Amino acid sequence: MKNKWLSVPYIVWMAIFVVAPLILVLIYAFTSRSGGFTVENFTTMAQYVTVFGRSFFLALIATLVCILLGYPLAYYLAREGAGMRRMATMLIMLPMWMNFLLRTYSWMSILENTGLLNTLFQKIGLFALINSVFGTNIEYFHMINTQGAIVLGMVYNFLPFMVLPIYTVIDKIDYRVIEAAQDLGANTRQVFRKVIFPLSLPGVLSGITMVFVPAVSTFAIPRLLGGGMVTMLGDLIEAQFMGSAYNPYLGSAISLVMMVVVLICMAVMNRFGEGEEGAVVL
Amino acid sequence: MKKNGFWSRLFMVLVFLFLYAPIFVLIVFSFNATKSRSVWAGFSLQWYVKLFSDEAIMEALRTTLLVSAAASVVACIAGTAAAIGIYALKRKSRGIVLSVNNIPLTNADIVTGVSLSLLFVLAVNAFNSTFGTRWELGFWTLLIAHITFDIPYVILSVLPKLRQLDPNIYEAAQDLGATGFTAFRKVILPDLMPGIVNGLLIAFTMSIDDFVISYFTAGSKVSTLAMEIYAMARRKISPEINAISTLLFASVLILLILINIRQSRQDRLAKRQKAILATKK
Amino acid sequence: MKRIVSVLLAVMMVSTLLTGCGDSADKYPNGEVNVLNWGEYIDEDVIPEFEEEYGIKVNYKVCSDNETLYSTLSGGGSDYDVIVPSDYMISRLISEGMLEKLDFSNIPNFSDVDAKFLNPAYDATGEYSVPYMWGTVGIIYNTTMVNGDITSWSALFDKQYAGQVLMINNPRDAIGVALKYLGYSYNTTDKSQIKEATDLLIQQKEDGIVQAYVMDEIFDKMEGGEAAIGVYYAGDYLTMLENNPDLAFVVPSEGSNYFVDAMCIPKGASNKENGEKFINFMCSTDVGKDNCESIGYSSPLMSVKDALDPEISGNPVAYPSDEVLASCEQFINLPADILEFYDSEWLRLKV
Repeated sequence: MKNKWLSVPYIVWMAIFVVAPLILVLIYAFTSRSGGFTVENFTTMAQYVTVFGRSFFLALIATLVCILLGYPLAYYLAREGAGMRRMATMLIMLPMWMNFLLRTYSWMSILENTGLLNTLFQKIGLFALINSVFGTNIEYFHMINTQGAIVLGMVYNFLPFMVLPIYTVIDKIDYRVIEAAQDLGANTRQVFRKVIFPLSLPGVLSGITMVFVPAVSTFAIPRLLGGGMVTMLGDLIEAQFMGSAYNPYLGSAISLVMMVVVLICMAVMNRFGEGEEGAVVL
Repeated sequence: MKKNGFWSRLFMVLVFLFLYAPIFVLIVFSFNATKSRSVWAGFSLQWYVKLFSDEAIMEALRTTLLVSAAASVVACIAGTAAAIGIYALKRKSRGIVLSVNNIPLTNADIVTGVSLSLLFVLAVNAFNSTFGTRWELGFWTLLIAHITFDIPYVILSVLPKLRQLDPNIYEAAQDLGATGFTAFRKVILPDLMPGIVNGLLIAFTMSIDDFVISYFTAGSKVSTLAMEIYAMARRKISPEINAISTLLFASVLILLILINIRQSRQDRLAKRQKAILATKK
Repeated sequence: MKRIVSVLLAVMMVSTLLTGCGDSADKYPNGEVNVLNWGEYIDEDVIPEFEEEYGIKVNYKVCSDNETLYSTLSGGGSDYDVIVPSDYMISRLISEGMLEKLDFSNIPNFSDVDAKFLNPAYDATGEYSVPYMWGTVGIIYNTTMVNGDITSWSALFDKQYAGQVLMINNPRDAIGVALKYLGYSYNTTDKSQIKEATDLLIQQKEDGIVQAYVMDEIFDKMEGGEAAIGVYYAGDYLTMLENNPDLAFVVPSEGSNYFVDAMCIPKGASNKENGEKFINFMCSTDVGKDNCESIGYSSPLMSVKDALDPEISGNPVAYPSDEVLASCEQFINLPADILEFYDSEWLRLKV
């Protein structure tokens, strides 16, 4: 069973289709429109500082919300019986079979000024109530085309990627460890704080990676839920390659900077977690 | 651990409600009598009927299924082979290979897509100018891109199973006269199977759900369902798309339920057998 | 477990087989043609008609604006045979050598084009383009949601419509609207004027007047009463009107933009002849009429205008009076440094 050569085709494939393209991005980032070497792509990036800041900020909030919702869910799930657990993990994976663009688009119908949610509020008389109490004159809640809507879209789309790794890790905790802690006199809260939570950290860390990275780079979600009002990093990059501003060199430079910043964040985070080799992804 | 109380159950229900609310809306409006996506105008099956005569959507569906199936199967075979190979590597080189393996997983989709499109465009242009051909980005580049981001998932789900293997079994089979491949097929493969199937499923799901990487690598001729949806979202998504997604969703749901029922029946059977054995003692 | 695998594989295969059969070379003996058009800019029934009549498969794709079209073409790796850029983009593409000269012997229907569209400023020699549709840009508004009639661009900057205005999501049109409101030309090369216009748009955004920056998303939002005022094309207004009779359209008194979109063939297209056949097909009276009726834009073909219902051809929205047209300006291609300035100003707004 020692067939080292079996990995050769794979390594060649990855070298061509993973490593080489990234090297290309690196080269393009330092190339000018006329083809020479330049660092101008990076110096002009100063005007995008707000976009960088906003993208990282919104992605951070989305990640935090995902932890706040996803951790308890994973924890409660792990306490359910086998049948229920199986069904629940299935239910978490299942939405992915409906394309995420479509699900996000559906949020548009829900959040619009004349959308389903506002219609519902209207029907149950919420606006009438608010208006009579506060003397205001509102007809709808403004939800779509805001940063909040974008964060909601991120949380909605990436929550499963937070729940699954945490659930996998908690599920694997040896129950005898918990019993031992209880035998030694730990109460429920102490068991959680001293045993379960530390043991589940690797899951949380890989969950954070799997939520934060797609959130910071998304362009479809702000396009659909942000109404073109909120520009994010993904929009910028997309515009350089496929959109109105055509400049793949600048696009590569932005991608490169984004990648490096994300890598630094991850490295710092994994230091905190004294990360296990190869975070739990699945 | 303690069982869940009322409040934790309620919390779970609410989160699932959040996850399924938009899906519910989509399914309901696939039966709407008008094109509106927020006003209910009565029940109708017209979008399901229209769907099957819509060339663009059927073509996109074809491309999506074909790419996802082909990419996940290829990734599954290649990934399993690669996992076995990686497992045999020395610790240090294994570490390097595995961190490269992690790149497509942790890198932003848009960077993967953009970098692949740079490579493809460069390669295609170079090829065309040397050989005078007229190649362009299309189905093949799409397929390569999908295989590339599928393989890492397969490897990550097969590797743990390899770690659990007892290395002596393989040798035992060979000692008993099995050739290398037979020993592999009869002894190793069955143990790896759950990991492989898991990898296949994840790869297929990821391919179906992908939009960003396809968007940058598919070129001008082919488009997947996701790309079709994105193009439509600029105007209005036709309820036909709701209909096709509902069909896809329903078929997966049914398949998963069937598997689930089978599995729990097996579990129960195993339990009962255990109980019978215990009473006999 | 094994059985699950086989079931899964079977499902995948069946699904691919089910969808896999169908078109093959014998259905389309004469090859294919790759068309890139704007969204909602054709009567979709004419595509299968063309395929059947000519035995040519049409790969039809859409994109959202001229700038996207430009990056798609310059990016390489794509291969279109027919594109439909607007006037100013055509002159840019011509000046950058990105278009193929047309062989008009393959486009006999070209003779039907109204003389006032021949040899236009954007294609002075008339060798590169065949006009497809034309129209004006103006304000579309919901009469139940605004006070009185709107006649001026100033409505877009009026705080009483906070959160109700949809701006057009591309630099030339949006900044152009502000330029017109300020009394400048659409084609100004004076950077301080462009800057002033952008400042106005930034103010408009900061005042919360803008609900969203949209292109074709506007259909859904105006038809559904989601917004009160929007800036878009006259032809699209006529389509929206069918779904929401409360909508009205006006070419503001300050003047507006008058555009022509024309069919061209990009340099190095692989199916040039098929492309020309497609262009010719689009210029036939029946197809032109179907397209006009379906999308609401105005046709440059004389026979089409005659064949249309007089209610449409007499409609001042679709075929405005010469007086209105005189107040409208066409975009011309701007020098590279001004275009770059547009991009960076647009970014200043969107960031």
